[in-house]
Amino acid sequence: MIEIGNISKVFGDRKILSEVSMYLETGKVNMIIGQSGAGKSVFLKCLVGLVETDAGEIWYDGRNFTDMDYEKKKELRREIGMLFQGGALFDSLTVEENVAFPLEMFTKMTKAEREERANFCLKRVNLTNSNKLFPDEISGGMKKRVAIARAIAMNPKYLFCDEPNSGLDPQTSIVIDNLIREITLEYNMTTVVISHDMNSVMEISDNIFFIFSGQKWWEGTRADLLKSENKELCDFVYPSSFMKEYKKRQH
Amino acid sequence: MINILTHLGAYFLMLRKAFTKPEKMKIFFKRLSVEIELIGVDSLALVSILSLFMGAVILIQSAYNFENPLIPSYAEGVATRDSMLLEFSPTIISLILVGKVGSSIASELGTMRVTEQVDALQIMGVNPVNHLVLPKIVAGVLIIPFLILMSMFLGIVGGFLATLITESVSTTKYIYGIRYGFEPYYVVYALTKASVFAFILTSVSSYHGYNAKGGALEVGRSSTKAVVYSTIVIILFNLILTKLLLN
Repeated sequence: MIEIGNISKVFGDRKILSEVSMYLETGKVNMIIGQSGAGKSVFLKCLVGLVETDAGEIWYDGRNFTDMDYEKKKELRREIGMLFQGGALFDSLTVEENVAFPLEMFTKMTKAEREERANFCLKRVNLTNSNKLFPDEISGGMKKRVAIARAIAMNPKYLFCDEPNSGLDPQTSIVIDNLIREITLEYNMTTVVISHDMNSVMEISDNIFFIFSGQKWWEGTRADLLKSENKELCDFVYPSSFMKEYKKRQH
Repeated sequence: MINILTHLGAYFLMLRKAFTKPEKMKIFFKRLSVEIELIGVDSLALVSILSLFMGAVILIQSAYNFENPLIPSYAEGVATRDSMLLEFSPTIISLILVGKVGSSIASELGTMRVTEQVDALQIMGVNPVNHLVLPKIVAGVLIIPFLILMSMFLGIVGGFLATLITESVSTTKYIYGIRYGFEPYYVVYALTKASVFAFILTSVSSYHGYNAKGGALEVGRSSTKAVVYSTIVIILFNLILTKLLLN
């Protein structure tokens, strides 16, 4: 579980995050939603330490991440898997080498063992026969699946996904969403997903956090979301007049 | 001024992160061999062609200018040898390598940065500077002096071939001139400069590539900056090293 206590971040004179607190549960898909520019990505980068917070604390299962030195942060990061928006696969490595990279770096596995584990992870994300291809030879959806396979290769405790559906068609999006959900339950991970795809939110989220103007504006479950009358949240969830009309009829 | 100091500070901080013990030596040596191939082996043809032709041109120009009967007839050989050893091979070849190798390093790291590959390494718990930059610097410092040594030799060979083709200087006189008053220290001087320039070109280019932000446009800009700043720093250090080593 990850506890976030009053984190703030300022870039120049722009306040990006303002005293955001959250409790992200283990074995659940914790979804962070919000408009573009609301501060979601900065929030995620603060969580994994790619951006330093100006104030507040982040606790990973009782370990204060904000107080850790570089070496300790490095150790904790080995428990983290991350799925980047564009996949962030290493161009110079094949699909299999990408998945095996963290294993080669941090374990004493033999080449055969690494290959076996990489193949297992690739099979888990339903990718076979692509092992020897390079990232520029596979589709966007396949890249996301390779990135998930790489993220789970080290059996992480925490999985962070930055807009996993961006650039994917609706069908592939659902495949990726379901994969994230299945893996979260299978490995009992604390999963944090950033998204503004409401299909994903309604499909896989357990807890939903709405960020608005750098603040945590609302939190709840899918059922709470459908019932909520919070104006900013409703404007985000039902952006078009068609959706607003739909909501009225539902009520 | 503050901007220069900020960049200088960030550059030295990057070097401090780069010069740490690699996570796994096996992976470091694997990357080192790849970088040696990219920086050194892939530059062999360019350096060879340039050196051969430059040696020939220096010989022809010297022969054209040395018309005074008081100048000994072997002077063209001496001029070609010393020009290649003292300046052309270590400095000009390094500047040419800035254009080839430096821009390639900056583009590679810049692209990795903007496509979040550097972030992915960091999230995995890898020190990205050590993993990406250190092999480039070590490879450059190891292989570029060899390229320079080869350039010196080929430049002199180029002069020799020019004596055969143009007959502007007699081959025997040229060979005599090459051997006349040879100072082995010039080779040490050239290799010292080559090592320092190799360090500058790989580290300054890495710095600009690693700190690229934004998109494709910024990658291009970082590549340009890498070439411009590496060139300026090399020219500056050329003066400093010449003053120190040939005093």
